[in-house]
Amino acid sequence: MAQPAKSEAKQIVDNGIEKGAAGLTEDRIQAVINRVIKGESGARLKVYVDTCVHCGLCSEACHYYLSHDKDPRYSPVAKVKQTLWEMIRRKGRVSVDFMRRAAEIVHTECNLCKRCAMYCPFGIDIAYLMMVVRRIVHLLGMTPQYIQDTAHSHAAVSNQMWVKPDEWPDTLQWQEEEARGEIPTLRIPLEKEGADIMYSVIGPEPKFQAQLIYQAAVIMDVAGVNWTMPATAGWDNSDMAMFTGDNEVMGRIKREHYETAARLRVRRIVMGECGHAFRSVYDVGNRWLGWRIPPIPIIHAIEFYHELLTAGKIRVAKKFKTPVTIHDPCNVVRGGGLHRMARDLAHALCEEVVEMYPNCEHNYCCCAGGGVINCGPPWKNKRIEGNRVKADQLADAKIRGAKVLIAPCHNCHSGLEDINHAYELGLDIKFFGDIIYEVMEKPEA
Amino acid sequence: MADVSRWDWEIGTKAIPFDAWKADFAWVEEPYVSPDGERIAAVVNLDDAQFSVCVNGRAWEGVFDKAWYLRFSHDGRLSALVSEDGEWTVAVDGETWPERYGYVWNTLFSADGARVAVAAQQDMAYAMVLDGVMWENRFANMTHFAISPDGRHTAATVQVKETGEADIARFQAGCYSVAVDGDAWDSVFTNVWNLAFSPDGAHLAAEVRQGLYDYTIAVDGRPWERCFSSVWQPVFHPVSGAVIAPVRLEGQWTVAADGAPIWPRRFVQVWHQQVSPDGQRLAAIVSPRYGYWTLAVDGVPWRTTVNEMVMDLRFSPDGRRLAAAAKHDGRWTLLVDDRLWSQRFDQIRPPVFSPDGRLVAAVVETEGRFGLVVDDRRLPQSYEALWQPVFSPDGTRVLVRGIEKGTYRRQVLAVDQLLA
Ligand code: SF4
Ligand code: SF4
Repeated sequence: MAQPAKSEAKQIVDNGIEKGAAGLTEDRIQAVINRVIKGESGARLKVYVDTCVHCGLCSEACHYYLSHDKDPRYSPVAKVKQTLWEMIRRKGRVSVDFMRRAAEIVHTECNLCKRCAMYCPFGIDIAYLMMVVRRIVHLLGMTPQYIQDTAHSHAAVSNQMWVKPDEWPDTLQWQEEEARGEIPTLRIPLEKEGADIMYSVIGPEPKFQAQLIYQAAVIMDVAGVNWTMPATAGWDNSDMAMFTGDNEVMGRIKREHYETAARLRVRRIVMGECGHAFRSVYDVGNRWLGWRIPPIPIIHAIEFYHELLTAGKIRVAKKFKTPVTIHDPCNVVRGGGLHRMARDLAHALCEEVVEMYPNCEHNYCCCAGGGVINCGPPWKNKRIEGNRVKADQLADAKIRGAKVLIAPCHNCHSGLEDINHAYELGLDIKFFGDIIYEVMEKPEA
Repeated sequence: MADVSRWDWEIGTKAIPFDAWKADFAWVEEPYVSPDGERIAAVVNLDDAQFSVCVNGRAWEGVFDKAWYLRFSHDGRLSALVSEDGEWTVAVDGETWPERYGYVWNTLFSADGARVAVAAQQDMAYAMVLDGVMWENRFANMTHFAISPDGRHTAATVQVKETGEADIARFQAGCYSVAVDGDAWDSVFTNVWNLAFSPDGAHLAAEVRQGLYDYTIAVDGRPWERCFSSVWQPVFHPVSGAVIAPVRLEGQWTVAADGAPIWPRRFVQVWHQQVSPDGQRLAAIVSPRYGYWTLAVDGVPWRTTVNEMVMDLRFSPDGRRLAAAAKHDGRWTLLVDDRLWSQRFDQIRPPVFSPDGRLVAAVVETEGRFGLVVDDRRLPQSYEALWQPVFSPDGTRVLVRGIEKGTYRRQVLAVDQLLA
């Protein structure tokens, strides 16, 4: 296995962080920190801070720590120590340089993957504490440039990729037309009030991966699902604003997503293979708005495909031959408990499933999640170096025969592509949707 | 609004076989029904990439490569977005507008249904088109479309400055504004969302964000002096003209008018505020405590709450009664004057009051079958599909538009018999 060249230890300059740092005063920093700690973060923060005994048991959980030869700076608790504790200890009086480093730590050295919470004897959720710091970073205007730009896109056009309002229905109609080459009567029903299901996706699908919409449409059509997609904003379930701590924009786009489903009077929403969006729709975004549970039921594609296969609505014509391994995305596995279902699905679709270890809820993060990949090119090498353990884990699965890596999450997909490439693993990365489309029974054209 | 009194209010049924169309076309898409119930229409496929619209069994003459977004306006005009040779336009009652565009979408109607507007893209520039006439000014991007109630004006959020790739400073400094009839406001904002015309169409209010943190309402381009940590869509008071919007203050929501909070009480959430038709009362959907939802009238929440969602707030025409769809433990019902109906349903459509406000009706769905419920009493008939009921102006009759066993029926029923 090749090792990617270590990026030099020189400082990475991020225009977003620098833009915020320029003109920042310690008075302002202090005011914002105290506002967030006292005004916005309640008992949960206090309990976590008061409970931690600094034992360091969380260290072994973190892929950054493990990938950096157990460098203590990357231990989960050290990330809190270098940021939030210090802010609390100094009553918010920290320097601009301190905040620069804090912005870097919380945005590029933690994927909010929550693996460490399982290792902490008290279940302390370091990811939550990192989110509190990201909120402070947001309010100081120091969010890294590329993910800030993504949050701007959410705010301006209600999707992650600057997809314009006409480009969305136009893309769906184009995919419908393409798919009619295969199934002449296929429809992508737009704005169909009263359908059973609203299918929602994330911005990159219409922008770069329209074939995923095509495949989903074929699956829906063959399964005879009464479904629809909105032609308006509200189609994108993703949420980078959640990861920049821009809660106001997060709430705005989650409201739009759920109210679109409510307007279409669907029974439930099925979301494509995305992890972070799952966290946003069923946990973080809805709750910020006051919806304790999603107001319209929402299920992840893993659950949906599982349901279709179990009900016999789609049938496997010929199982996928090439041996596969499964990456467990943090948000749908640690966060959503879908690892068993993912395995049932993989075994139903594929002849050979090679497990990678550790797996299921103990799986290592892809290192792209939590908005880290969205911090863009300046941080790419750091991200890849921060996940050597994932490369080792994948290489091991490959030695044991795996050739295809199923990653049912967009962020994981992109992050694992980088790992795959940098460490020369030679795996073919797929979504469940790719495999189902390939192996399912389809009507003859 | 359309003159409902001129509709056929004779008690009786008119039937149109709908499923029978399937024999004439390769496929028939989901149907739409005119407000007066006289016509049922659907997009139909004739052959490979050949679409038309079938109305009461007769297809429009025009055949298109694509046709979608079939919608009846309030006075019964039937519009569709259609494409020929890669270009798009609007067809109204079978006639296409003369101009062609790169793309058109988001059809809007004036309150009386006589005027039709769409958003359009031409050569990657954007403008609204009203009855076939496009704004002279075009913009680099356009979102949040609106038409004035009288249909004389259209508006949208428009991008007036170039943003540049990932240029976050430029974006935050403000690149967006509002264009009314193609003329942009002088002011620019970081974001502009959810526009609202005044009832006379002379003023326009919108949610704006100045920089990343300061949210407020801008009216005719001028932002309120006071900013909030967030805001939702404004409405104009129909009598006083005041602009009223939910605002977020210190982590909680309330309602502000012309920039100043007017409800002393704070909520976990406040949205969809509405002024009663007589201008006397202001109601909104609120969450009085985390996870619970109800309506509040003039700042006072109702006692009855549900634990999932409230939507479709409707005042009775006299403004005295109020109803909304409410979801509790996974099932929908109606919340009327601080009481929940006793029955629960899989789905419910927006409530409809009789003109005198005495009755409230709603279309409900249970296990894929639709029915009509009036004052919490479910009528015996069930349907495969059912549209919103319409009361006659004198409130003695109700128009029911539904499909059963593949046949569409327009039924006019006597209200007192229904409830007998
Ligand atoms: S990356 Fe994951 S394991 Fe590491 S500190 Fe963050 S949440 Fe914990
Ligand atoms: S394992 Fe828990 S208690 Fe120990 S250092 Fe980590 S967060 Fe603190």
